[in-house]
Amino acid sequence: MAENKKWLPRWFYQMASPRWCYEFCGRLLPWFVVAAVLLLGAGTAWALAWAPADYQQGNSFRIIYIHVPAAILAQSCYMLMAVAGAIGLIWKMKVADMVAKSCAPIGATIAVLALATGAIWGKPTWGAWWVWDARLTSMLVLLFLYLGVIALHSAMESENTAAQATSVLALVGLVNIPIIKYSVEWWNTLHQPATFTLTEKPAMPMEMWLPLLVMVIGFYCFFSVSLMLRVRNEILHRERRAGWVRTLLEKA
Amino acid sequence: MSFDSFSDFLAMGGHGLYVWLSYGIALAVIVINLVGPVMARKQLLADLLRRLRREGNN
Repeated sequence: MAENKKWLPRWFYQMASPRWCYEFCGRLLPWFVVAAVLLLGAGTAWALAWAPADYQQGNSFRIIYIHVPAAILAQSCYMLMAVAGAIGLIWKMKVADMVAKSCAPIGATIAVLALATGAIWGKPTWGAWWVWDARLTSMLVLLFLYLGVIALHSAMESENTAAQATSVLALVGLVNIPIIKYSVEWWNTLHQPATFTLTEKPAMPMEMWLPLLVMVIGFYCFFSVSLMLRVRNEILHRERRAGWVRTLLEKA
Repeated sequence: MSFDSFSDFLAMGGHGLYVWLSYGIALAVIVINLVGPVMARKQLLADLLRRLRREGNN
């Protein structure tokens, strides 16, 4: 059929093959482990010991090196979950469903990390652990969306129905992402504006900003490792009756 | 280095508790997200192997 012409790049169709995806992730994993260890190790040492203290906040400002990467990652992970879910809905791609499913628990823990470090940072800076502020509240909604996706998935018997239902929930919840982003501009808030912008020069001095960049990339590498581990488990479980999994087990 | 001594480094100018608590939680979250899937993989492989052997014996 002419309509069936493959108009997407080849890797897109390869990604659809669980076996190919399992092996590809297996090949990528060691590189991401090395990158995550190096970046997070160097970034943490730089952040804790070498970056200068903030002239107003003193050393409590070093929490930014956990808080900002966690907050960015929690939102990126959500977007990945929603996009993977949409791909699963549209193209009935099992691997995409598995990616979406694997994103939820990682994203939930990262959202908890962003909220917890925010609360800990808020105490010495604002004098309160928590305020019902637009940025904080929308971030809490993000955590509840993750928990909702996890709960909905576990409530469904069939993997396919669960994937469809959670994809729709994730896509509806996507509206929260711009709300988080613009919450500091739309409403009066205690929260400071974005640290990272693509269009403007960073407001921080370089020696504070560079370790933050290292930490953000390190967090993304750690996330990739965790996601690939989970996706590989999911593939093995769902393809357990396939011939290639049997051969793999016999070799093990 | 922003600190003169190791005890200065631990104290973080009086904000030690906040800073170290944050980094501690971060470490815990990272470890959970790596150890969890690795343990799950071991468990899964053991289960699948057992099933394969059982089927082979029949």
